[in-house]
Amino acid sequence: MAAALVQQPTPQSFNIEEFLAAEESKGLLRLTTAGSVDDGKSTLIGRLLHDAKGAYEDQLKSAVRGGQIDFSLLTDGLRAEREQGITIDVAYRYFATPKRKFILADTPGHEQYTRNMATGASTAELAIILLDAHRGLTTQSRRHAFIATLLGIPNFVIAVNKMDLVGYDQEVFNRIRAEFEPFLERIGTKDYYFLPLSALKGDNVVDRGTHMPWFDGPCLLEYLETVETADRMIQAPFRMAVQRVVRPDQNFRGYAGLVGSGTIRPGDEVQALPSGRRSKVRRVVTFDGDLEMAHAPMSITLTLADEIDISRGDMISAGAPPQSARTFDATMVWFDAHPLDPAHDYLIKHTSHTLPARVDGVRHLVNVATLETEPAATLAMNEIGVVRIAASQPLYFDPYRENRVTGSFILIDRKTNHTAGAGMILAAAEGSLEDAADRLVRLVRAAIPEGSHLNLPTDDAQAMEVVRGLLKGVLK
Amino acid sequence: MPLTDRSSLVNHDILNRQCTFHAILTYVSRLSHLQALEAESIHIIREVASEFQRPVMLYSIGKDSSVMVRLAQKAFYPGPIPFPLLHVDTTYKFKEMIEFRDQFAAELGVKLIVHSNTSALEAGANPFRLGTERCCGLLKTQSLLDALRAGGFDAAFGGARRDEEKSRAKERIFSFRDSLGQWDPKNQRPELWNLFNGRVEPGESIRVFPLSNWTEMDVWQYIHVENIPIVPLYFAKERQVLVRGNSLIMPEQDFVKPLLGDRLETVRCRMRSLGCSPCTGAIRSDADTLPKIIAELVAVRNSERENRVIDHDREGSMELKKREGYF
Repeated sequence: MAAALVQQPTPQSFNIEEFLAAEESKGLLRLTTAGSVDDGKSTLIGRLLHDAKGAYEDQLKSAVRGGQIDFSLLTDGLRAEREQGITIDVAYRYFATPKRKFILADTPGHEQYTRNMATGASTAELAIILLDAHRGLTTQSRRHAFIATLLGIPNFVIAVNKMDLVGYDQEVFNRIRAEFEPFLERIGTKDYYFLPLSALKGDNVVDRGTHMPWFDGPCLLEYLETVETADRMIQAPFRMAVQRVVRPDQNFRGYAGLVGSGTIRPGDEVQALPSGRRSKVRRVVTFDGDLEMAHAPMSITLTLADEIDISRGDMISAGAPPQSARTFDATMVWFDAHPLDPAHDYLIKHTSHTLPARVDGVRHLVNVATLETEPAATLAMNEIGVVRIAASQPLYFDPYRENRVTGSFILIDRKTNHTAGAGMILAAAEGSLEDAADRLVRLVRAAIPEGSHLNLPTDDAQAMEVVRGLLKGVLK
Repeated sequence: MPLTDRSSLVNHDILNRQCTFHAILTYVSRLSHLQALEAESIHIIREVASEFQRPVMLYSIGKDSSVMVRLAQKAFYPGPIPFPLLHVDTTYKFKEMIEFRDQFAAELGVKLIVHSNTSALEAGANPFRLGTERCCGLLKTQSLLDALRAGGFDAAFGGARRDEEKSRAKERIFSFRDSLGQWDPKNQRPELWNLFNGRVEPGESIRVFPLSNWTEMDVWQYIHVENIPIVPLYFAKERQVLVRGNSLIMPEQDFVKPLLGDRLETVRCRMRSLGCSPCTGAIRSDADTLPKIIAELVAVRNSERENRVIDHDREGSMELKKREGYF
């Protein structure tokens, strides 16, 4: 757990103007780490923080035990953690190099690992899966990789730590890689980098070291600085959930939101959902002036060429439209001490929209260790399964594997207000009458010209009633 | 046009409609770290303004508060900030802070609520008599809880960052408080993606930290590129200070009395973080411009809270204060 305290030299030829210029274009990488205490995670993170100046001297001083830094004291923030010598909760760490800034979600590997890992992984673009060369591949490592994949992380570093304990033996490293690779392929991970290292001795963390001349890939920090994280969210179709209507006076009506995916420019044709009305973007407004283009994940305000009714919770989309369904299947990670209960009332929060929802049955449970599916009636805390969700109104979504923003949701317990679980949408439940009626309402609404005397009731429930009657007639 | 990298977005060559979609994409750089942090914070601030009945933004007059208020301006532009600012005034703040606060609020045209624990002050509460721990408890924590209750606020924004202190590294962006204003670090709501659970019962509230993911360096760089006004105490100049061990205490008001062994000296110094004048020390510094402050930060190896007497009261003292309702 301990490593020698290394004094950092103060930069000699530091030029503030050059520094500020470089900083302005510096990108941000969000990553997560997973591994158990014994894998040396604290030591690895402590070393990254220390060497990349994410930890300050006075914080380091308070973590010195017996003349050496105990990096776990640096990272374990809560009193209970220090008293019990364990990590309880996700902690966020910040460090930077001249090339990139990093936000690291440090998740404990043992206690409630599913819940914490899912939380840390939900915003990460890269996961470091840490394992112990001495102990080899464990069930734990497989679980970590599976959960990270499930949460949609595209890039992996498989850090084979404690190489010093196996004499820096290339054979040990190769054996672990050969054993793990088929599993990674099976769960659908494509972009992974196997890296032998010793966090304790510092080999392949910030510097190459001299112990493993047989390995010629970049060390950990160099890899993190240069890994290409292709931003899938910019390339996906445009989606913006409306957070708020900005209306300071009669002359301005804007829709404020975070661009969830895609790009948008003045003149682009957009569709408002659920109304289905179409219009064109007039302006992309920000405090710093109008933009000629905005993309994910910028916070903007759009004004449209036509007056159409849009409010919080609605979605503005362009390009291929999102799917719409009131009933859909999703992979859920359960957090709450009360198991998932189909008889219970929940709220679903999806984008900027919160609706009543029920769980319409558990399709199956996933055994995270074996990846086997098992029949189940419920999900207990830290379990993962596929469930059917029925919301009170249709959601506009893309499958999670295509869009992390419109494909994700949380369930809130209506009695306790706890965040009971997190879900990743797989697909609309096929063949339900509700969904057919919802789609038809939207099609009919969009088809009726503005100002026409023909129209559906503006109230969704009444409109659904009319259309459901029509549909029943059609289906007879 | 701050955040200059955006200029790449208004390059008309790129926007030639003849360009293919993919040609445009190769030009769309990912956001810089400051742009990404800004966008995330604006999203958080808008969620709170839309989901809560009565939000309020804690305004401590410090650099983080100044950044947070700028982000709120951006979030609702061209509309006004739709909630008031709240300053919990211990009455032991630096004179320059109070002058700055009043001018800042007037220029911004935002509603500013100032709250002090008058009954404790009348009973003679001060850090010299009570010690810093009890003094903070009465004049900050208790005063804050009273102000939130009096205003019926169900959400309160704070400018705290996770990089400041170990217990803050584990706090959520939406941090639930029970009806007594207490934080339970072992029982926090999981927070995934950017989906925040702000559901509360009457009397309960949420503390919201839009700057959670910012570092001290990010804050200073943002102040620099955005030209955000800050209290002049942050800039170095010759000041009269009491030298007390490693601390430099500014006797700028009558209530700061020299202790045995203090030496009054003129020192070129500045404040790295702002608090109450008897309990917040200055640092020796030549940094009298923003670039110099940033340059100092690159070289410095001590965290900004080191000069805050109150964090070191006892092991885990920030966590204890937070559990009781401190920001």
